[in-house]
Amino acid sequence: MPHDHHDHDHDNHLEPMDARVRALETILTRKGLVDPAAIDTIIDTYAHRVGPQNGAAVVARAWTDPAFAEFLARDATAAVASMGYCGRQGEHVQAVFNTPLQHNVIVCTLCSCYPWSLLGLPPVWYKSPAYRSRVVIEPRAVLAEFGLVLPAGQSVRVWDSTAEMRYLVVPMRPAGTEGWAPEALAALVTRESMVGTGLPQVPA
Amino acid sequence: MKTPDAPFDAPWQAQAFGLAVALSDAGLFTWTEWTQSFGTRLACGTDYWDAWVQTLEATLTERGIAGADEVDRLAKAWEDAAHATPHGVAIRLG
Repeated sequence: MPHDHHDHDHDNHLEPMDARVRALETILTRKGLVDPAAIDTIIDTYAHRVGPQNGAAVVARAWTDPAFAEFLARDATAAVASMGYCGRQGEHVQAVFNTPLQHNVIVCTLCSCYPWSLLGLPPVWYKSPAYRSRVVIEPRAVLAEFGLVLPAGQSVRVWDSTAEMRYLVVPMRPAGTEGWAPEALAALVTRESMVGTGLPQVPA
Repeated sequence: MKTPDAPFDAPWQAQAFGLAVALSDAGLFTWTEWTQSFGTRLACGTDYWDAWVQTLEATLTERGIAGADEVDRLAKAWEDAAHATPHGVAIRLG
């Protein structure tokens, strides 16, 4: 008996936003303004290849190489470029170093500016209206929701990213890691620790 | 406040992201212009990726590249193509 497909709901259905984005890509491709293969490369790069491991390598090097740490503090854009991490949009990077007296946290109150070349694309919470608005007003309360309770004597400074200036938090090196190689240290450096909503892992 | 880490919840979001970055790479707009326009829409409370696509559409309209009518017509063509395509086969525009 022939199988009748027409009265089933098996056909493909595109969500309206999916259809709209396909329409935009079709128009732009037909006009020669974008190349679908180049778009696939961009998505693959930022979704899979570039990630917090880049920022972790920078932090671990700063922990083990005082000359590099000084370079990173003075001109982070050039310092991270020297390791091959270049922003494609010409943005500058500033490294903000945590100290026992000051903890740093980054946000983009406007939208979701983030150091893509060092951390990949931002997680959902970084883009949420709640994080973007509240971390400026009540940073300690927001950090506590991430499980990070800071000592009373440590102030919190919030850095608001823009398209031109992206920040990287350099957390303090965990105790008990004396003599560790940069590769081993990098494994302790979490994405949250470089946004300032967390701390590096402590050695087991 | 903690939610899953994936940057995209659906393929169209990744595609819309790639389109904006590619157009900026091509010099159609600077990333500063993009964030201003996108940020304004987000400030109105629009969902993140809906605002992203709105910004794309508005940018293309402002620059005379694609009007809303053309986008509407092609989006409908894509929906029709999807309905006409059996399950398991890639959807193509005729």
